[in-house]
Amino acid sequence: MTDKTAKMNVTSFRPVRAPRLAWSFFRIGAMNELQYRSNFFLQLLQSVLTLGAGLVGLAVVFGRTTNLSGWTRPELLVVMGVFTMVGGITNTFVVPNMQKLVEDIQRGTLDFALTKPADAQTLVSVRQISIWRSVDILTGLIVLIVGVVQLGDNNNGIKGATSLVMLLLLGSWTIYCFWLILASSAFWFIRVNEMQELFQGLFRSGQYPVRIYPGWMRFGLTFLVPIAFAVTVPAEAATNRLTGITVVVALAAAALFGIGSRWIWRTGLRRYSGASA
Amino acid sequence: MTNTVTEIVLQDQIRASRWRSMISLYWMLAKTAMQARFQYRASNYFYMIGMVVEPTIYLVVWRTIAESSGGAVGGYTAGTFAAYYIVWTLVRNMNIVFTPFGWEIRIREGELSGQLLRPVHPIHYDLGFFIGWKVIVIVLWIPIAAVLSLAFHPTFDPSIEQCIVFFVAIWGAYLIRSMLLWVLGMITFWTTRVSALFEAYFMAELLLSGRLVPMTLMPGWVQGLSWFLPFRWTFGFPITALVGPISKTELVVGVLAQIGWVLFGVLLVKVVWRRGIRKFSAVGG
Repeated sequence: MTDKTAKMNVTSFRPVRAPRLAWSFFRIGAMNELQYRSNFFLQLLQSVLTLGAGLVGLAVVFGRTTNLSGWTRPELLVVMGVFTMVGGITNTFVVPNMQKLVEDIQRGTLDFALTKPADAQTLVSVRQISIWRSVDILTGLIVLIVGVVQLGDNNNGIKGATSLVMLLLLGSWTIYCFWLILASSAFWFIRVNEMQELFQGLFRSGQYPVRIYPGWMRFGLTFLVPIAFAVTVPAEAATNRLTGITVVVALAAAALFGIGSRWIWRTGLRRYSGASA
Repeated sequence: MTNTVTEIVLQDQIRASRWRSMISLYWMLAKTAMQARFQYRASNYFYMIGMVVEPTIYLVVWRTIAESSGGAVGGYTAGTFAAYYIVWTLVRNMNIVFTPFGWEIRIREGELSGQLLRPVHPIHYDLGFFIGWKVIVIVLWIPIAAVLSLAFHPTFDPSIEQCIVFFVAIWGAYLIRSMLLWVLGMITFWTTRVSALFEAYFMAELLLSGRLVPMTLMPGWVQGLSWFLPFRWTFGFPITALVGPISKTELVVGVLAQIGWVLFGVLLVKVVWRRGIRKFSAVGG
């Protein structure tokens, strides 16, 4: 009899759907962080300072030249806006989750996530949120809009805007997959934090279009570390440089990174022995 | 008569032994730091490689500009830009000292209380530790510089004087920055809401030191301003001392400015420390 009820429970068990799960966690996380309002101003100041330094850098560059490898000043403003936005998206939604994941793997507390009735990868990817970091999304958007407005008749209206948004989402997805690979490496290696530092350093190269870098660097920033897909490709959409081939390659890369990161995550999970083992 | 003579001799001996024990303290601290940091060579490397990205971006951008504007911009060619930003990586590492953000933990967790019990000023522990670390950093830097040189072909040929001044200047930069960031960090004695201030300081440093671009590429008024601030003496000056173009007068002026800022920094540390520590004991009861 008890056996039967247990069986019934198992059959009636249905995993919570990913979007609902993400939304609940998002709400809890946001409410948690909204308690600390002064952090908003701190983050705003930091965002403005970082952006200010970037803009001064651009001003110095364009004090000496009128275009950088074919990119004009407003076009590089667009790149900087996209760069700041993608950084904001990553730091708000991805990085806090991945840091917690690494910590859980190292401490053995990942058990708490694995025993819950939901897809573990989804769960570990939506648990945390740093809501104030999203200030960067806003400031980046402002710079992006200023850049697009300055571009004037060169901008390509609704079509450009839609492809920009689509490619931004696609690029953020690719970056998420890359972070998942980085974090999953904690199943094998101890010193993952340094790798994350390294990536944060590498990400800075996205503030200029990858095309300006020498070939070997461009290759690395495109396929080893997908910064090109996350920043340069969306910026190309906004500056009317997008080709069909780029879109296809970006889609393929997003798919490959998705499959690859899932595979690495699951292979790593098999090595995980938990806190009690 | 003999009494005063022995007194003088004794004082001399005390002074000499104080110097000797200070040197042996520094030697021990540096040695410990070297051993401690050398264990983590891999993580040190990740850290250093992450750091190399920043100058590489600047270098690529300015090299592109130099090439597209007929080979040189503001007196710099692709080759001298490469030299500038490769030496940059060493100077950047020499600029790393105890972070002002660390003071909050130091005060909150009571680490400082322990240090206060020791017979020498706590700054010596920081100075000694980071000197040891610097030795490791310089060793680890050589292969990085070699790779960057292969990739970007720097051109420079410094004179003997330039090399000597460079060697002195990187340590001068280290001392200046140690002192000033200590003072900045000590503000935590009065208020914990300091991170905004620190960020603003670092931003000013980025723009006024020669870290973003060689100072000669900055607008005139920025260059003028930078002469009266410490930043360029800890960053741009050591680099140009080696890479050039720099005159003998400028070399001398730079070293003098460094000496001045070190002395000023020591004075500031003394004054602020004396006042701050009173605040600390007040909080600690």
